[in-house]
Parts: sequence; C-alpha cells; structure tokens
Amino acid sequence: MTSQRTAGGARVLARGWGWRHAGRSRWAVRDVDLQIEPGERVLLLGASGAGKSTLMQAIAGVLGGDEEGDAAGTLTIDGLRPADAREHVALVLQDPDSQVVMARLGDDVAFGCENAGVPAEEIWPRVEGALRDVGLDLPLSSSTSALSGGQKQRLALAGAIAMRPRLLLLDEPTANLDPAGVEEVRDAVQRLCRGSEATVVIVEHRVAVWSSLVDRVIVLDEAGGVLADGRPDDVLDGQRAALDAAGIWVRGAASDRVRGQAGAGDSLLTAESLSVGRTPFGVRTVQLAACGIDFAAQRGRTMVVTGPNGAGKSTLALTAAGLLRPIDGRLAATDAFRRGLAPEPARWRSRQLVTRIGTVFQDPEHQFVRSTVRDELAVGPRAAGVDRRSADARVEELLVRLRLGRLAAANPFTLSGGEKRRLSVATAIATRPDLLVLDEPTFGQDARTWRELAALLAELLDDGHAVMAVTHDDAFVRALADDVLELGTTTEPLQSERVEARQ
Amino acid sequence: MSLVLTPDIRSSRIAAVNPVAKLAAALLISLTLVLTIDWVSAGVALALEAVLLPFAGVSARQFWLRTAPVWIAAAAAAVATALYGADSGAVLWGLGPVTVTEGSLALAGAIALRVLAIGIPGVILFATSDPTDLADGLAQLVHLPARFVLGALAALRLVGLFIDDWRALGRARRARGIGDGGGPIGAIGRLGSRSFALLVLSLRRGSKLATAMEAKGFGGPAPRTWARKSRFTRRDITMIALGAAIAAFATTAAVLAGSWSFVVS
Repeated sequence: MTSQRTAGGARVLARGWGWRHAGRSRWAVRDVDLQIEPGERVLLLGASGAGKSTLMQAIAGVLGGDEEGDAAGTLTIDGLRPADAREHVALVLQDPDSQVVMARLGDDVAFGCENAGVPAEEIWPRVEGALRDVGLDLPLSSSTSALSGGQKQRLALAGAIAMRPRLLLLDEPTANLDPAGVEEVRDAVQRLCRGSEATVVIVEHRVAVWSSLVDRVIVLDEAGGVLADGRPDDVLDGQRAALDAAGIWVRGAASDRVRGQAGAGDSLLTAESLSVGRTPFGVRTVQLAACGIDFAAQRGRTMVVTGPNGAGKSTLALTAAGLLRPIDGRLAATDAFRRGLAPEPARWRSRQLVTRIGTVFQDPEHQFVRSTVRDELAVGPRAAGVDRRSADARVEELLVRLRLGRLAAANPFTLSGGEKRRLSVATAIATRPDLLVLDEPTFGQDARTWRELAALLAELLDDGHAVMAVTHDDAFVRALADDVLELGTTTEPLQSERVEARQ
Repeated sequence: MSLVLTPDIRSSRIAAVNPVAKLAAALLISLTLVLTIDWVSAGVALALEAVLLPFAGVSARQFWLRTAPVWIAAAAAAVATALYGADSGAVLWGLGPVTVTEGSLALAGAIALRVLAIGIPGVILFATSDPTDLADGLAQLVHLPARFVLGALAALRLVGLFIDDWRALGRARRARGIGDGGGPIGAIGRLGSRSFALLVLSLRRGSKLATAMEAKGFGGPAPRTWARKSRFTRRDITMIALGAAIAAFATTAAVLAGSWSFVVS
C-alpha cells in the first residue's frame, strides 16, 4: 500500500446504529443517528453507561465481529465499513499503561506506521515529527515504562498522529491523569487540531477542559439515541440540567464545601519525620519515595495528601494504612486507636487492621475478592469475627446506603466505574474502621458519583471517623479538606535517591 | 519491569551480535549435545563456552544470579540420576530399591554437565540481547509470523506489570482482613485465590492491550514494514561458526575418546 498523505478528514455516518455485547440482554448503544463532517472537532458526552466508549470502538473498527455482539443499523467511515477504514482511523484510550506496546519510545510511535506499511525510511521522520508535535522531547531509545501517566498518553497520541489518520478518536484520554498531565495532553491535542485537517472526536466527562477546542457537542442519551447535538454553547447551556443529572461536569458547576470546618479531634495516628518507600522487584535497596513527613490523623477531620506525580503520595497512604513498612522515622497509633496492639500498624494482623483502618485503592479492581457484591461486602465483617447475622445486617445496610441493592448478586468486575468506586468504599467501611485511607477516590469519576462520594465521606466524618485522602482533585480539597499535607515540593528527582533497607 | 524488557545490557562483543545469530549458535550446541549422553562432549562444550564467557560482558553477580536456576537444575538432575538412573558396575551405596552404582554416578555427571552446557548459552543469549532486537530478527530474518512474534513481545511487557499487580493484590487482601491467619492451609488457599485474581487482572490487561494494538492497525491486511532493519553481518556469521565449532569439537572429542553414545539407539 502507498503512504501518500491523505488530505482532509473523514466523514462518520451512523443510521439507527446500535450494539449489544454478546450474552447481554441490554443494548450498550442503540438508535444512534449522526453525521460528523470531515474536519469537525466533536466532543461526545453522555452519562456513564450511555455507550460512548462502545461507539468510539465501533468507529475505530475494533469492536470485533459477530461473536462479540450484535450490531443494528449502519455505521460507515467515508462510506466504508469501520473495519475496512482502520488505516485512516486512530484511537487513543483511557488507560495509559495498557496502550504502550514497545519497550522503547521511538519503536512505540513507529509501531502503527509499520502496521500500516509505511516505508521504513519514511517512518523515522514521522516519528520525530509526531513526538515534537506532542512535546515529548526525549531520546528515541528512552524506556517507555519510565514515563509518567501524562507522558504515556502523549506517547499514545504521538503513535496515533504518526499514522496520519483522517479521523482521530480520543476516548477519555485524560481521565487517569493529574492536572498537569491533563494540561499536557489537552495542549498537545490543541496543537494537533491547529495543524491538521483530520476529523477529531473526543469523549470526556470534564467539559471545561475541552469545550474551547471543539466546534460541536453531541450528547448520547442513556435510553438510546442522541439527546442533544449542536454548537458547544447552545448544547451546554440548553441542556445544563440534563447534563448535570447525567453526571457530566458542565462549566460552572464547581463544587463547594460540603461540610463546615472541623474542630480538633482525638488523634488516631501520628507520624514524626517519617520516610516512606518501596523496594522494586529485583533491586536490593529501598527506593525512598518521600521523607520528613509529620502529620496527625484526627477523628472528624479530613487530611488530604497532595503533590505532583511521583511525590510518594500513594506510598505514604499505603504506609499509613499499615500495608507497607516505614523506612525511617516514627508512625504510631495512639492508645485509643490501637486498643492493646503494637503502635505500628504494619505489625497488626490483617483481621485486626480491618476494624481500625479501611483502605480504598486507586484501582478498585485490585481489592475485589469475591464473585458477588453481597459476598464482597461480607468479607471484612466476617474476617473481623462478626457473627453471621450481624454481618448480614451490616451488608444490607450498606447495600441500601450506597445504592448497590439492585446489584447485590452481580459480579463486582462487571459494574460500571462509578459503581465499582461505591462498592470499594462500602467494603472499606463495612467493618467501621476508625480511619479511612483513600487513594485518588475521585479519579475518572463522573460528577454524580463524585457528589455521592463527598456526601458519604461528610457523613462518616460527622460520625467521628478520620479520613486521609490522596488526591489531585482541587474540587475534592475544597469540599472536604481540613488539613493539607503537600508532598514533593522540596525533594529532588526520586530515582536518584536511594537508601539502604532498614529491616 | 526493567528486569524483563530493558535489561541492563553492557556493551560487549557478544551483545553486539544479532540475537538470531546467538540463538542459532546456542541451538547448534544444544541439538548436538542432546544426541548423546557422555562426559566428554558436554565437558568439552562447557570448557569452550567458558572461554567465550568473558566476551559476553556479564558481571559476576549477574552471571550467578541469572544462571542460578541452571545450576540448581543440574544438581537436581544429577542427584535424581545417581539414585534412580540405569545401574551398572560396582554398587557404591544402596537402600532398598535405590542404588548408587559407578554407572549411575557417571551418568549423573554427564547429565549435570549437559544441563550446564545447554543452559548457560541460553541464559547468556537473553542476558545480552534486547527482546525487541530478538523479535525483529525472528520476524525479518527467520520469517516467523509478525503477529506471533510481536504479540509475544507485547505480552512480555505485561510480565513486569504482573509483579506490581501481585504485590498490589497482596496488600489489598491484607487491607480486606484476609491477608493472614489460618496456618499453612490458609496460606495455600490464599495463594490460590491470589493467583486466580492475578490471572483475571492479566486477562483484562491483555485484552486492553490487544484492543490498543488493533487500533494501531496491528494484524491488518496491509503488508507490514519494519522501522528497524535486522541485518546479518560478518560478526553474526562468526558467532554461528563459533557455535558450530564448539559442537564439532565436542562431537569429535567424544568420538575419539570412544564415549559417544546415542541417546536413541
């Protein structure tokens, strides 16, 4: 095949299109009628579960064949079936980690060009151009695994544009990024849009980030079809209530404080010049993540841990939660909190830990251990030695409180992102721990889940729980924070800092 | 991660050789040595390999760390052969059906040397090669299907994530109250459920990666091009010749010593 620069963008045409995943009774998307003209810049919105990602994958031609599900209606790219138009379409997905294919930066960008049959001598100039366009100024031989989340997404974007697609699809490219990463990717897309005639379709929850960049907004209806379609201002103003209810972060819907400023509470866990770190696999020395940390987690107060990527926030949260050993300094539970155990949470037994500290991980899927939501919720109480009847009562209470009742028999892995987050919080509070540690609880969540989460945490704080949350989310800080612990403002690059393990 | 895909490869004579040539050399030696079981062939091959070892540029620590499994396998195979191998000659030690004879001891030595002579070149191959270069070579020079080679290469990248996932799963279980207790039976149960959870996570990661690769046109109808050209140079031919020479020396020495014995006879 030839590699001529195909001018202009592609036209996307859907007529009564729908898709149902194999084995499901419900259509993921249905009755979609839309026409996207060459060169248009479109923001595609819709509630969680409205089928935005399914539509994007269908347009990209990677949804699979008949064995993957049933299609209805027609969907064409410049008159071709999506699977046949794949060489003109590039897709960037949400998860930075699962899009890197090759070990070296340059090879990863070249991968798409190789697949498209671009002659070898033409690939490298394209690779360099694409990396320049996304602002990744690193040697071609750099290791892709050492990149930050924002860099990995820009790498994915570079790989996409090196293929010179006529249609660029971005499926929540910034959902898993910190604010700096979001900006990096948004700016890169903006530069691209200026320098290219390609059609661009973006799926995102956070409208404010993208609305200035697009010239059309399409909202998918959860019940099927298209809810709204038009110029950004018209759609966003006209459909404000509907968008708000669908959990889309509309401009100006900034969150306010959900709770009054807390007074001083009883201290539960205190840290004095604490150093935290981890030992990477195959390395003999601990890599220091952060040091010189002082804090006191108090009942009824929220302590937020902020700082740039790589500042050691997650490592600190895991250490405070008793899941990693401190490297140096002191981390001690107060008498009222440890209730007869050793002062260091890392020395508590697992079932002693659950009644004292509840942990909500960044990736909820890591913490699910049972095959139904109901069993999942019962794990903690049963491990803590609560009898069956009390455990069942607690599970019922949580199912109602976190709106999971309808899903009691569902497999946790099949839930939507928002539902998974609610379940992960529910499992952590099932044993009524005094301290709740959360790692990026609002990452990638839509506005509806966000509000529910903030309200629930406010309730827990009023009941006298202490909360420690790692977050990049300014709205979360404004809504709930009583104390702010900022990491990484003075530390040097982390890779160079190594200390001997202290066992 | 770095351990799997971008190992610290120090530049050396052997590191500069095309991985396909190294693979060919290692295969020549291995295929010759599996034909016979005797001391002489394996011993000669091992001695000649030891001469080449300094050119690999692998540090002593790296060498022992990476070849440790081979040494353990060699020892295990030797002990098993000494105890249960075909008996001949004087009985040196016996306990019920288990006897150690001069014959089984000789066989044990031959097996141990063989495991080392076959295993060490393989380890050195991977310690001195970038997996990406190996994949390029296998696809372009050996013409293995790109789909298979690049799929395997991409999967290799996920191996690094396994280790992080495994640890995260362990921490999550501790946080959920089921991280310890129950004695050895509890530990086995936990190992099982944690392994299963890792499998589930890996499958999900794998399918996401497959989608991302497909979205980049992988497996499409267009003939694929290669951005990195894998070439064979004089150096590579020398490497294969060295492998062939080691195999030939080992065979000749064994035949001259009269110890060559075909495994299948």
